[in-house]
Amino acid sequence: MTLPPDAVSDLSIAADAAQAVNPWVALAYLASGVLFILALRGLSNPATSRRGNRFGMAGMLIAVVTTLITHDIAGLPEILAAIAIGGAIGFVIARRIAMTAMPQLVAAFHSLVGLAAVLVAAAALLNPGAFGILGLDGNILVVSRVEMALGAAIGAITFSGSVIAFAKLNGNMSGAPILLPARHAINLGTLVAILGMTAAYALAPNAGPGEGWLFWAIVAAAFVIGFLLIIPIGGADMPVVVSMLNSYSGWAAAAMGFTLHNTAMIVTGALVGSSGAILSYIMCRAMNRSFISVIAGGFGADAAAAGGEPKEQRPYKQGSAADAAFMLEQAEKVIIIPGYGMAVAQAQHALREMADMLKEKGVEVKYAIHPVAGRMPGHMNVLLAEANVPYDEVFELEDINSEFATADVAFVIGANDVVNPAAKTDKSSPIYGMPVFDVDKAKQVFFIKRSMGGVGYAGVDNDVFYMDQTMMLLADAKKMVEEIVKALD
Amino acid sequence: MDFISILSIFVLACFVGYYVVWSVTPALHTPLMAVTNAISSVIIVGALIAAAAAEVPGAKWLGLAGVVLASVNIFGGFAVTERMLAMYKKKERN
Repeated sequence: MTLPPDAVSDLSIAADAAQAVNPWVALAYLASGVLFILALRGLSNPATSRRGNRFGMAGMLIAVVTTLITHDIAGLPEILAAIAIGGAIGFVIARRIAMTAMPQLVAAFHSLVGLAAVLVAAAALLNPGAFGILGLDGNILVVSRVEMALGAAIGAITFSGSVIAFAKLNGNMSGAPILLPARHAINLGTLVAILGMTAAYALAPNAGPGEGWLFWAIVAAAFVIGFLLIIPIGGADMPVVVSMLNSYSGWAAAAMGFTLHNTAMIVTGALVGSSGAILSYIMCRAMNRSFISVIAGGFGADAAAAGGEPKEQRPYKQGSAADAAFMLEQAEKVIIIPGYGMAVAQAQHALREMADMLKEKGVEVKYAIHPVAGRMPGHMNVLLAEANVPYDEVFELEDINSEFATADVAFVIGANDVVNPAAKTDKSSPIYGMPVFDVDKAKQVFFIKRSMGGVGYAGVDNDVFYMDQTMMLLADAKKMVEEIVKALD
Repeated sequence: MDFISILSIFVLACFVGYYVVWSVTPALHTPLMAVTNAISSVIIVGALIAAAAAEVPGAKWLGLAGVVLASVNIFGGFAVTERMLAMYKKKERN
């Protein structure tokens, strides 16, 4: 691609405009960017994580104060009121939200970042002078037009996509995929239209508010595509979607950072963008799915249909809480595998109580967490932490999987697909290739499940149910664990 | 700054992000999402610039609305991260 000659001259004009900035201001934004890097760095270990979060707060404070003291502010009280209103709402939500509702909260927060990006880009369109993006001819610079259009488009996709993700996670909308006919063609067409309009907007002779309709058309198309992209994606793939939208919110911030030549925004955008992308990759790998197949959507739609067919009944052993308590007491090593069902039943506190009693009786208890357990990355870890489970008793899949061979009991609570051996053996299974826990190697498997009818998200039967060493504990997870606690007493 | 300098910062920051995020322990992936969400609200800088300039009322109001939304995220994101991180405790050794 060759840039038109006026675009090249725009680049140097942009440089001149930005060089008027006080170097101390640039250094302050740089410091804030570095503090954001340290904020993420702190999360490498729970012991340093809280200090990291404080670095993040300091970085944000520096960015906001620097912006306020280096601009002529027409109405400071209005701005402070806006911060106070937003801050109070955010703070109250953060205090009150249940830990089980964290995925929908994060989705809701992403939608706000997306919308804020759209608003900032629109404000830059209406008042380009304030943003220092006017060229000598009085028009918005070509580079800035592209950055604004992309920032607004990514922001709009983040917004509408996150709203749908929120509705699916929060149960306002069914988690089942909604498949429009020819959806791939529609999505591709909309995407091409956004890029085409961005090019047209960049090359328009007058990009001021007069030609703004192109900008608004881009935003509108992006809102639509964000909506269309997420509705076909099923509930089981939501961890990937939430991570992906996290990534988008970062890229939107980065695009606006380009427009404003602001280091803090660019660094943050890059950090958040990579973070979300890496989390999406980790989630996809943990399900042995390609990112493309997740985005294409529809996973779980066939399985839901197949689940309705009558299946041949295979014999299984059912046990009571008293049986389970007796055998748990005799065990030397118990590995607990929690899944989303534990979160739904709010059984984590009772589970920790059970683990405490077993530990008092000299049983070694460990927790094993699959990367896709729950509705967002790390969700199970937060819920266990909330129930006061020490984090050094909680292990990741690859760290603990070899230990099942030496475990007396594998205690599966609210998980299903992540312990399904079909992932290792059955090539026709929709979850084939997904890394799973080797619970079949444990001497005993206890499987807490509401009933034999329901199957996991992938909609496949699980051979673990019918193994000789498996005892099914059919009840609500919380009730069953509470009964085991009583029986242990 | 010219476009190439900005692009350089961006590309290098992507690499920093890549390595820093891989070093985050999986147990803290939920707080990671909450805190990245909070810091991506640094977009408030753009909203403040728009809200500070009075000459175009439309842009000012869009800016103020952006400040409200970004503030919800900043305060909410950092507070909820703090709340989660406070729950992670090590085993008490007697």
